[in-house]
Amino acid sequence: MKIHEYQAKELLASYEVPVPGGIVAETEEKAFEAAKVFGSCVVKAQVHSGARGKAGGVKFAKTPEEARELASKILGMTLVTRQTGPAGKLVRKVLISEAVDVAREFYLSITGDSERAGLVIVASADGGTEIEETAKEHPEAIVQIPVSSIEGFKGYEGIRAAEVLGLEGDLQKQLISMLGKLVRLYIEKDCSLVEINPLVQTSDGKLLCLDAKVNFDDNALFRHPEVLEMRDIHEEDEKEYRASLSDLNYVSLDGDIGCLVNGAGLAMATMDIIKNFGGSPANFLDVGGSATTEKVKAAFEILLSDGNVKAIFVNIFGGIMKCDIIAEGLVQATREMGISVPIVVRLEGTNVELGQKIIRESGLSIIAASDMADGARKAIAAAKGERV
Amino acid sequence: MSIFVNKDTRVLVQGITGKQGAFHTEKMIEYGTAIVGGVTPGKGGQSLLGVPVFNTVYDAVKETGANASVIYVPPKFAADSIIEAIDAGIRIIVCITEGIPVLDMARVKHYLDGSSSRLIGPNCPGIITPEECKIGIMPGYIHRKGHVGVISRSGTLTYEAVKQLSDRNLGQSTVVGIGGDPIRGTGFLDCLKAFEADPDTCAVVLNGEIGGSGEEEAASFIRTMTKPVAAFIGGQSAPAGKRMGHAGAIISGGKGTASGKIRALQEAGAVVAMTPDLIGASLVEALERRGIRPSDL
Repeated sequence: MKIHEYQAKELLASYEVPVPGGIVAETEEKAFEAAKVFGSCVVKAQVHSGARGKAGGVKFAKTPEEARELASKILGMTLVTRQTGPAGKLVRKVLISEAVDVAREFYLSITGDSERAGLVIVASADGGTEIEETAKEHPEAIVQIPVSSIEGFKGYEGIRAAEVLGLEGDLQKQLISMLGKLVRLYIEKDCSLVEINPLVQTSDGKLLCLDAKVNFDDNALFRHPEVLEMRDIHEEDEKEYRASLSDLNYVSLDGDIGCLVNGAGLAMATMDIIKNFGGSPANFLDVGGSATTEKVKAAFEILLSDGNVKAIFVNIFGGIMKCDIIAEGLVQATREMGISVPIVVRLEGTNVELGQKIIRESGLSIIAASDMADGARKAIAAAKGERV
Repeated sequence: MSIFVNKDTRVLVQGITGKQGAFHTEKMIEYGTAIVGGVTPGKGGQSLLGVPVFNTVYDAVKETGANASVIYVPPKFAADSIIEAIDAGIRIIVCITEGIPVLDMARVKHYLDGSSSRLIGPNCPGIITPEECKIGIMPGYIHRKGHVGVISRSGTLTYEAVKQLSDRNLGQSTVVGIGGDPIRGTGFLDCLKAFEADPDTCAVVLNGEIGGSGEEEAASFIRTMTKPVAAFIGGQSAPAGKRMGHAGAIISGGKGTASGKIRALQEAGAVVAMTPDLIGASLVEALERRGIRPSDL
């Protein structure tokens, strides 16, 4: 789960991690009032994306009047970045952030290290928006420091980070203190990423988190109602949000062949085989092993409601998933919504004959496939409007 | 022979009285697995499907001599269930549960160090040595007894691979589902080493996917193996930064891509199927490259 910059900064502040002053605003008037607190400030678009500055979503304002001007332009803007994709994201809020005199910029993040079953602190003396460049061009300028998630942060780990960032004396102390708090936040809130880019050294010798990104482990949300409260469904793909309500694993893609599969590995493989045979998947969808007829119906409804979808490929290998449950769900969904696109179904595994019987006896014109490759080819042909 | 489990494995079911636990206990018993007991706190003394239920894994081991356990417990309690099994000295722990918090699995992984337990999973379909022992949720009937070892991060994609092998009369020695999570008890490398040492396994199929570096690590060992390996890597068409169902299936910072894994495996001498319908055929090719006819196995 992701949150906005202003929420991440509030969270950091609650752990006494230094952040610049900031007030979130949803209208240009509120932005004006907020800017009066600071005098000069930075107006920052609040959407779930990095690289907002490059897209015109971050602007410096010398006066509160200028802040109001800029806020009126940025609010309601559709921000398009490398991360949002071409459709971009609508800006509903801005963060009015106190302007800071920056002497140096760094990159700092904490994320999981699966191989060591722990955490890793990543630090670089090259901060700002170029970290991805640095990772590609100068991987040696980045240091990675393993941290035990059971032991927590130790001071000596911070000294190594300070050395790489060239911080000594009081600045080193500030960094070590900050790292301890960030690691504690990460562990206590079950994060998957805490990223400070840039971490800045102000001209009066203070370390400050100028931007903050905090992502959470979806598997742990059940024990963090306070994190769930920060969820902003406007930032989520509408179909992905609806899928999450039915407890379906769904990822929106941009092709025209809707996929409904049981099991994430098989679902990925189904996307792959469609792509490989020259087609384009519209989505990833894992309906799961213990799906009920209702869940299957909800999955079909999402696919049938996707305007891009020109054909649907149902690829099921039933282990726990029973083929008759899939067949029931398909028949019910298509009866209620009407079949608007060709549906290719490949069933295999538990109760396969019963599943095929249900589809046959429904009278619906569903295209049967003998195996996965056959199904993929038929779906691609059907999407092109060919007779199958 | 097989690896990790066989007809002498005596299995406990943790969470036996839950819906999933009860359903799959029946299926495992039908298959012929030796289910010797179940554990659900508070239900000790009861019996389900002829299997005695205990309050703790410790009690169950004391009474039944169980040496393996399968866990059908919700994510909130699953890590503690694994730790309970480790404390009771269970040698093979299979955790089916999907959705365990990553930091919980980090604790479990470290708890395994220095213990005598092997964890398979979590978020996996289980492990099966055909005709001897099925621990998990896989459909038994698609498997045949034979000499091909299978290791996979996926559930249903494994069934696809197994069916392709069985249809070609290439039976399986053991099929290990290592699971879709980023932190797992047993990895590709552990299984490859065991298959290489198993006199009854003659070839290996490996199903990987995007995320992490397990396949690349495996490739280094495959280079040194005497037995042929075929592989498929799922997620070639997956976009970066998105979690594709499995918690461990995510490309981040340019790492964990399918193309990187495919390249590493090919360079190590594995035959990589470029589409999932060609997994069986790729194993046949891997055998033929070594001058082995499938009918020889």
